[in-house]
Amino acid sequence: MIRDITLGQYYDADSIIHRLDPRVKLAFTLIYIASLYVGKSVYCYLFAAAFLCGLIALSRVPVHFMLRGLKSIVVILVISALFNIFVIDGQVLVRFWIFRITLEGLKTAGLMVVRLILLIVGSSVMTLTTTPNDLTDGLERSLGFLKVIHVPIHEISMMMSIALRFIPILVEEVNKIMKAQMARGADFDGGGLIKKAKAMVPMLIPLFVSSFRRAADLALAMEARCYHGGEGRTKMYPLKYKKEDFLAYLVLFVYLGCMIALGRLT
Amino acid sequence: MSIALEHVSYIYDPDQKVKKYAVRDVSLEIKKGEFVSIIGHTGSGKSTLIQFMNGLLKPTEGRVLFEGQDVFEKGFSLKGLRQKVGISFQYPDNQLFESTILKDVMFGPKNLGQSREEAETNARAALKVMAVPEASYDKSPFELSGGQKRRVAIAGILAMNPDYLILDEPTAGLDPEGRDEILELIRTLNWSQGIAVILVSHSMEDVAEYAKRILVMNDGQIIMDDTPREIFKAYRDLETIGLSAPQVTYIAHALAEKGFLPYDTNVMTVEEAKKEILKVLKK
Repeated sequence: MIRDITLGQYYDADSIIHRLDPRVKLAFTLIYIASLYVGKSVYCYLFAAAFLCGLIALSRVPVHFMLRGLKSIVVILVISALFNIFVIDGQVLVRFWIFRITLEGLKTAGLMVVRLILLIVGSSVMTLTTTPNDLTDGLERSLGFLKVIHVPIHEISMMMSIALRFIPILVEEVNKIMKAQMARGADFDGGGLIKKAKAMVPMLIPLFVSSFRRAADLALAMEARCYHGGEGRTKMYPLKYKKEDFLAYLVLFVYLGCMIALGRLT
Repeated sequence: MSIALEHVSYIYDPDQKVKKYAVRDVSLEIKKGEFVSIIGHTGSGKSTLIQFMNGLLKPTEGRVLFEGQDVFEKGFSLKGLRQKVGISFQYPDNQLFESTILKDVMFGPKNLGQSREEAETNARAALKVMAVPEASYDKSPFELSGGQKRRVAIAGILAMNPDYLILDEPTAGLDPEGRDEILELIRTLNWSQGIAVILVSHSMEDVAEYAKRILVMNDGQIIMDDTPREIFKAYRDLETIGLSAPQVTYIAHALAEKGFLPYDTNVMTVEEAKKEILKVLKK
């Protein structure tokens, strides 16, 4: 059934990483990504990789889930690696026709690929262990300071939550619409690109119409319950830091310190 | 000439250890020209069952036969099947999309490969059958009222000239007048054109009035398959699965208990009740 479609890519498991406050995980991800740019030596990357492996082990998410995110960036990885290999000047190793491969190029390309892989897998740890709702909650709280400069942070996060909530509903709607049109002889698979695009019209129009109707209904229901934005609004499950969360921050800063030190030393 | 289901079952998620059946071991045959109704409370498997009949859903087990041929066999044209067996789903909003009503009804015939002229002739005929006023053919289907939308949606199926017409709750959310209109039109289709009608409904009154045969579904199985009179005779059994007989049946039974009506009355419609009561009064 399409009903139990996975939202985002959350993987349900019971682990210390899953239980961490989403704000901690957001900070982790940001600092982890930043730390990858601190040092350029092999040791830095080794250390970062080892740290990441530790996190993955703690998260109890199967490794192939973590690596799935890489599939989509294989092309980018290959292209950027090739560019680095052929473009960077330095000690020439091989030369043919107008191309030459340099030692520096190879080095840079290798490090860049490793960095990108770590970056993607690193952020996968967060998206796999945090439900989309927790994530928007965390974002709302962490970015709360932006309210001072009139960024409507509560509204943005409310919109994100609603959008996420609507995904399974719309999936079901698409399913129903497709069946109704197939009963009228519509063909959704087969045919060339243009034919396929044209075949989408009878599905997309009813989908848009119903989305607008649902949006209007939801707005009405929210107003009927006196929703008036984030001002003075309390939460049913407010985010609260626990002992583990402070511990996690500590680990994070120790890691960052190590990375900076490694970057300086080598 | 029939649609037949042979021991069909549908399991929601076959990988799960505890199998959840939407439909469990159902066998039935619907012949051309019949007026059959399927009743059952929400989640009893009615919607799943009707989707087998035009190949929108493939049963996990069992076979679906259209005129003796297995519809999920290689080489069987599902499009051809969907032309012969039309389903009009509950929400017309899920299928209306064109800029005008006429164009929308032409969608089905055009998908079957008909030329513009042919499709338009068929669409006009179908709209006429469903009593959609000709003046509104160029209107947008989104401007229509609920009852009219429903009629245009059914016309969209009829324009393909099906032999079987499956209607999923065609009267849900309509006012009494709109409801009677649609059901009358469907009945006319059934006897004047010989189109078999399979009506999924929650309204026992409608079913008693229009259907010639009723299938009662509970928990994915067909537990009764008989004429309305026989089915509603067993109204106590219907109650145990969350259904009921038409209200007038209860009134007749209450009157019989008081000795006003003879005990063997199996009144199903208001019209019949009127006759019975008058019979007693005139004595």
